[in-house]
Amino acid sequence: MYQLIDPILVAVLLLNFAALGASQLRTVIHAIALQGVLLGVLVVVAHNEFTIWAVLMACAAITLKGIFIPRLLFHAIREVSIRREVEPIIGFIASLLLGGLGTALAVLFSNTLPIAQEHVGSLIVPAALSTTLTGFLILTTRVKAITQVVGYLVLENGIFIFGMLLVEAMPFLVEIGVLLDLFVAIFVMGIIINRISREFSTVSTRNLSSLKE
Amino acid sequence: MVWLLVLIPLLLAVAAVLIPSGRLRPWLVPFGGLIQVVLVVFAISSENVSGFQGWLLLDPLGKLVLLFISVLFFICSLYVPGYLSLRAERPTRLFCACLLSMLGMMTLMTLSHHLGLMWVAMEATTLASAPLLLFNSSTRSLEATWKYLLIGSVGIALALLGSFFLAYASLYEGLESTLQFDDLIKLAPHLSKPWLHAAFVLLLVGYGTKMGLAPMHTWKPDAYGEAPGLVGALLAGGVTSCAFLAILRFYSLCVASGEAAFAREIFIFSGILSMVVAAVFMIRQRDFKRMLAYSSVEHMGILVLGIGVGGLATYGALLHLLTNGLTKGVLFLSAGNIHRAFGSKLTDDVRGAIRRVPMSGALFLAGFLAITGSPPFGPFISEFTILNGAIGSGKFVVAALFLLLLAIVFVGMGSTVLRVTQGTPSTPATATDFRESPRFVIPILLFLGMSLLLGLYIPPQLESLLKNAALFVENGV
Amino acid sequence: MLISQIIVHVVLLLVMPPLLLGVIGKTKALFGGRVGPPLFQAFFDLIKLFQKGSVISSTTTWVFRAGPVVGLATAILAGLFIPFGGHASPVSFSGDLILFAYLFALGRFFTASAALDTGSAFEGMGAAREVTFSCLAEPALFFGFLVLAKLSGSLSLTAMLDGPMPNSWGAAGASLVLVAASLFIVLLVENSRIPFDDPNTHLELTMIHEVMVLDHSGPALGMILYGAAMKLFVMCALLLRIVAPFDSGNIWVDWGIFAVGMLALAMVIGVVESIMARFKLTFVPTFLVAACLLSAFGIILLLR
Repeated sequence: MYQLIDPILVAVLLLNFAALGASQLRTVIHAIALQGVLLGVLVVVAHNEFTIWAVLMACAAITLKGIFIPRLLFHAIREVSIRREVEPIIGFIASLLLGGLGTALAVLFSNTLPIAQEHVGSLIVPAALSTTLTGFLILTTRVKAITQVVGYLVLENGIFIFGMLLVEAMPFLVEIGVLLDLFVAIFVMGIIINRISREFSTVSTRNLSSLKE
Repeated sequence: MVWLLVLIPLLLAVAAVLIPSGRLRPWLVPFGGLIQVVLVVFAISSENVSGFQGWLLLDPLGKLVLLFISVLFFICSLYVPGYLSLRAERPTRLFCACLLSMLGMMTLMTLSHHLGLMWVAMEATTLASAPLLLFNSSTRSLEATWKYLLIGSVGIALALLGSFFLAYASLYEGLESTLQFDDLIKLAPHLSKPWLHAAFVLLLVGYGTKMGLAPMHTWKPDAYGEAPGLVGALLAGGVTSCAFLAILRFYSLCVASGEAAFAREIFIFSGILSMVVAAVFMIRQRDFKRMLAYSSVEHMGILVLGIGVGGLATYGALLHLLTNGLTKGVLFLSAGNIHRAFGSKLTDDVRGAIRRVPMSGALFLAGFLAITGSPPFGPFISEFTILNGAIGSGKFVVAALFLLLLAIVFVGMGSTVLRVTQGTPSTPATATDFRESPRFVIPILLFLGMSLLLGLYIPPQLESLLKNAALFVENGV
Repeated sequence: MLISQIIVHVVLLLVMPPLLLGVIGKTKALFGGRVGPPLFQAFFDLIKLFQKGSVISSTTTWVFRAGPVVGLATAILAGLFIPFGGHASPVSFSGDLILFAYLFALGRFFTASAALDTGSAFEGMGAAREVTFSCLAEPALFFGFLVLAKLSGSLSLTAMLDGPMPNSWGAAGASLVLVAASLFIVLLVENSRIPFDDPNTHLELTMIHEVMVLDHSGPALGMILYGAAMKLFVMCALLLRIVAPFDSGNIWVDWGIFAVGMLALAMVIGVVESIMARFKLTFVPTFLVAACLLSAFGIILLLR
């Protein structure tokens, strides 16, 4: 089952590009949801055998990253009546090119890191690094608070992918801890997005610029 | 026994949510602080405090930081009932619960000897402090909270990636992969070097974000500027110390694996950088609470600089952790009082604080003198020790830069503080009829007294704690 | 190479392109619930146009008249380099893929120059759009070629597409999927199909390719239509070999498979055109950059 990892990771990377290039908020969230589901599948595949923990972890990841958080985001869009466009600071083409550059750099950098025998040739390290970079890119180049949450989510996904190298080493408690933490962070961010929209009647971080030197 | 230290504040937080009386609730916080101090003193004096198969362990470094945090929290908590009685219009339930759970999480942070657990505790501290920043519920505090939460979460996420790298560094060498700190120290000499280096950089960036090292400090002026003074004191003294503790743990790991030189260079660089950034932004700063935030950035820089210099300076840095935290308590609380009296925190509106609120104004001035390293206060001793260490180890350029930056900061901070405290009192439109009563002043006096005490005399028990902690940092055992 | 093979190749190249247009048209009509023009309508159009006389504006120079001729000639030449199905192409040498790409560029250069030669601002706008988009499509095409060249270890189109293609799928399936997706986008853009451009549109502000040829009439217009159809045919042949690298062993059966495959591909294009709306003009560059990234990513996967 181990050879299924790479195709899944290729799909995850393509979804990064989709999230970078899409102009509709809904498309972006759909891409992230699909990425979350793929990561859940990845957990089972990376465990290499059907243990009860692996399946539980996968279910938790899919429920959280694939269903719950996207629903929360959709809910926020509907309730707060956020406009449906993404509003990037730099253009979509520039974001895509930067994303491509980031992926290339991630591959180059991961080639300089030594990889354990059983992971040689696997895409896990470059995929993790480039997903993390994509998350950064979305975080820093999008205006809306909700897209910044999406960027944070992608960043966490990248870290989650790297965690796949350690599935045997990481105790169950920590894996769940990571997911729970993500959940709480997104939840708190959701509450604040709601507050921001109530105060400013829009959820653009352009309004959040009264504090500066 | 060890889990009680974490559990009791959390239980009290639950109690704060459940208790119906708004008059009684604020008193839960000093009550919790007192229990914590007693428990911590008991724990420090007992021999072996550990639990959960080594996931929780009170080591010498943890003892020092835990003691400091519980004392800091207790003194801050004395300020809570008075503060909340002034802000009767705001709901206190969440505020008290968050304060107490923050205490629990900071305690967990000092106890945890597992990278994953430590990470969860750090993130939980961030989340618990977010509602505290939002307490004023203005658009500006909303903005500050959003930045704090987002930047903090991203930084912490990078720290998680760094922890994973560290685990992989042992896995790669065919060793048993672990995130448990003591096992990692044992394996340290065999860890894969490239992974260790990458992990260290990520962890420094991650926990450095929480600590507020430049250039990851951007949330700090906003958060400290908008937070209530008491929350600012807790963040600047408590949360940053926790993050610093985490960085120290990774440093001892580097030492154990023979990579101390690599880590020290990075420490010295980021320390100087933080001091430079802080000095630049402190000159002509019009907002005195933001000025305190930049002062915090500066002192975080001094802390890592001290560790980077090593030897005697390590001891100095640990002492500075205490003296800076206590003096920051003086500054934040007195600044909070001045802010309340004038209804503004801009030097354009606030003049003559010494006449308007005599105690707070004088304490603010004294706190300024203390934090910039004037004798006989504690920061003078600790900064002098660091300088001594730098010159003793032949790092003359570092020592010269350190002195130069301290001088710039003194001048920059002084012009703002003197404008606020001296002169004829201004009466901006926002001024309130705030009266200084003892409960707003006693905590500040306590802070200043302890800062002064550390400058004149360090009790032998504390001295041995400090020495053990410094040894622990340098050797990892 | 057998002379008979060359003859079949050339005959297919000359005869089949208008048929593809017919298949696309029929598919779209079917989706629209119409009968649609006959399958051979493109042939009738061409015959009609070649019998007509033409009006040439007095302000134009020889560039205007050269445009359609060069466009058609480059398309035919490019068609000689691409292997059809599993068969070797009539002309092939190492590095011919660069000539192949730049033959199209040459044709585009002359079409755009002819449009500029009319002196109409409107046609100039079309020319500007055409060259902008194709300068984004070109890297995508080359990145795709790079993947194929790396897989086959050769720089000639015949060697790249003929022999190793069936085996490559096992070795680097992910890369090939990405390249195929990227080439499909390039194919749609280069041949001004929906969702990037509409060959039937006459709305002034939205069209790209059609606007450039408004001043041409009679045989010149016929040559442009014929050349465009041939370009579509050649690019379809390239894509078809990547997505369906089947070899039966019998030469003549292979030719049959090729012809059927081409018609099927034309139907796919027809379906895409029927179910998709035209993108906003500003999105086209985004998709082209995405196509570049897809092929570039294919290379990364391959080189890793």
